[in-house]
Amino acid sequence: MNAMTLLLITVILLAVIGLLIGILLVFAGHKFHVEVDAREAAVREVLPGNNCGACGYPGCDGCAAAIVKGEAAVNACPVGGASAAEKIGDIMGVSAEAAEKKVAFVKCAGDCAKAHTKGSYIGVRTCTAAAALPGKGDKMCQQGCLGLGECVSVCEFDAIHIVDGIAKVDRNKCVACGKCAKVCPQHLIEIIPDKSMYAVECANIEKGKLVKELCDTGCIGCGICVKMCKFDAVHVENNVAHIDYEKCKGCGACAAKCPSKVITFREQPKKEKEVS
Amino acid sequence: MGIYSFRGGVHPKGNKELTAGKAFVRLIPKGDMVYPLSQHLGKPASPLVKKNDPVLAGQLIAKADGFISANIHSSCSGKVKAIERRLNASGVPVDCIVIANDGQFTPAPGVGEEVDYSSFSKEEIIAKVKECGIVGLGGAGFPTNVKLMPKNPDEIRYIIANGAECEPGITCDDRLMREYTDWIIKGLKIVLSLFPAASGIIAIEDNKPESIRAMEEAVKNEERMSVLTLKTMYPQGGERNLVHAATGMYMESGALPASLGCIVDNVATLSAIYRAVAFNEPLMEKGFTATGDGFNEPTNFMVRIGTSLREITDAAGGLKEETRKLILGGPMMGPAVSNLDAPLVKANNALTAQLEDEVEKAELEMNSCIRCGRCTRVCPLGLIPQQMARACERNDIERFVKLHGADCIQCGTCSFICPAKRPLTQLFKQTKPMAMSYIRMQAQKKEA
Repeated sequence: MNAMTLLLITVILLAVIGLLIGILLVFAGHKFHVEVDAREAAVREVLPGNNCGACGYPGCDGCAAAIVKGEAAVNACPVGGASAAEKIGDIMGVSAEAAEKKVAFVKCAGDCAKAHTKGSYIGVRTCTAAAALPGKGDKMCQQGCLGLGECVSVCEFDAIHIVDGIAKVDRNKCVACGKCAKVCPQHLIEIIPDKSMYAVECANIEKGKLVKELCDTGCIGCGICVKMCKFDAVHVENNVAHIDYEKCKGCGACAAKCPSKVITFREQPKKEKEVS
Repeated sequence: MGIYSFRGGVHPKGNKELTAGKAFVRLIPKGDMVYPLSQHLGKPASPLVKKNDPVLAGQLIAKADGFISANIHSSCSGKVKAIERRLNASGVPVDCIVIANDGQFTPAPGVGEEVDYSSFSKEEIIAKVKECGIVGLGGAGFPTNVKLMPKNPDEIRYIIANGAECEPGITCDDRLMREYTDWIIKGLKIVLSLFPAASGIIAIEDNKPESIRAMEEAVKNEERMSVLTLKTMYPQGGERNLVHAATGMYMESGALPASLGCIVDNVATLSAIYRAVAFNEPLMEKGFTATGDGFNEPTNFMVRIGTSLREITDAAGGLKEETRKLILGGPMMGPAVSNLDAPLVKANNALTAQLEDEVEKAELEMNSCIRCGRCTRVCPLGLIPQQMARACERNDIERFVKLHGADCIQCGTCSFICPAKRPLTQLFKQTKPMAMSYIRMQAQKKEA
């Protein structure tokens, strides 16, 4: 057998193997064919790709699949906002109604100047660690913001920061994914409609006399706000006032009479400032 | 008899010399007395008095609410000033009964009168202990009557009187064993009468030779009692360590001492049992050490429960100006005090004032873990704190439970020894409640 024959056999053998595999692949391609909706890829393309989970689905892929299947609304992604919803609406062929913008809201106004402190907290610098100790952090209030910034560390949108000892939400950046609310050991963060004009910046459940000892700006549960409200939108539960954002008309009667100034006016974003 | 101990442990500076030589001083409180409704483990007691009600010393003012709960008695006479929420020593608002003290301490009828208890049945003794609101005075405040009713009373072989007092600085149990030896012995005898198969072991660390001598003298004629000298080692007074020292057996994970036929009671609890059974005297008074370099005159006090910490501090010569930190209990396990107007509750046994805050210094020196393994070597439970801490930092509860993190007694030994000054104990404290609920969830799943 000379070199030429050897080469020939090799080439023919390889060609035959290649042909067999080719036939197998064509067969498998037909047999295991999966119908892919082109829209899913298109929707996924429009979604922001943070994989934040704010929509409630496992990442953006999951959300796109859910939208195409019709399980989720076209405006399911709070991060993409109105513009994404519109584009997805075009793809899906339905008109998109922009979801009401929601934001995180911290129910504490006890910054370094207002909240009374009882000592200095030394230890693991996370809120969860501080909250597990008797007496919690620096502040006397047991329900207030501990100011150690666990919410800051989980926010993927740079929308929450510790300012002067308490967490402050940047309403322009916040997409209401709710991660901060989940991680806060004090359960102080609430997701509220961005357009709500008034909110109670306190969560202290103690009675008035004790609250005064703990903080300059604590809800004393006096109930004046309840009396002032004409729309039955304010209620005092467990010595703290709560506003029902559905019923609130934003008249401001409660805030005007609040003796501890814990019901605060939330400036409404101007139209041109709104993030698209 | 050799010197018994456990595996692991550390040697923090004892600081017992500050107060060990000082006899108890009886503190007569002058100000209002405050009684938090939750001075024990378990459900808070429910108040029986109203505002402006007159009360006498030893009168029941709040009743145990549930099986694991304890009665609370007034330790002074006077009038109920208020039932309101006040801040406790850590600054947490708790429900309290406040009594305006008239300074007379007029006893309620029957309180303090000697009774012949030799004819009492077992049930009567346990009922008396329950009625008098006695809880574990070593620190945890577990209702003693519950402890005295194990499921296997005939299998109890050892009653261990815990006189180890391993926390640095505290000397009130030491003084109690020297000055009120008789009460402890009689209390132990009462408990022994409940368990016919048991023998009493009084366990004392060897840094308290006077107490050992006093106790050995007292048990000379007692057939069922002996004194066990323990090595001075922190945390020798932990229940598991004591059971091991006394019986040579290790308690299983999650088990109670009763599973090995042991009941562990603090010496102060035993003396309270004696006072309750023999004198019908509810838990009103206890030994308390005010110690640390921050006090002008560190002292051992016999103090009434409900006295404000400020009165105790004043009686101990006041605090030095440079005092950095106050701790309720000893420096190893005690929580920081932020409110001196808080009252002394049943389970408190010391107030430590420090000129230097070790934790503050440690935080400045904190560094990365170098995996030296010292924490593992000293852990009295044989856990691996280094790996547990990593699980805590990652919030990996499953791993934490797998490493038996839920057994951690938070004695602080690992944090003490760590050369990198890692806050190990705090991480465990934070994760343990989550681990407990995880275990409960797993158990429920298994049942379902």
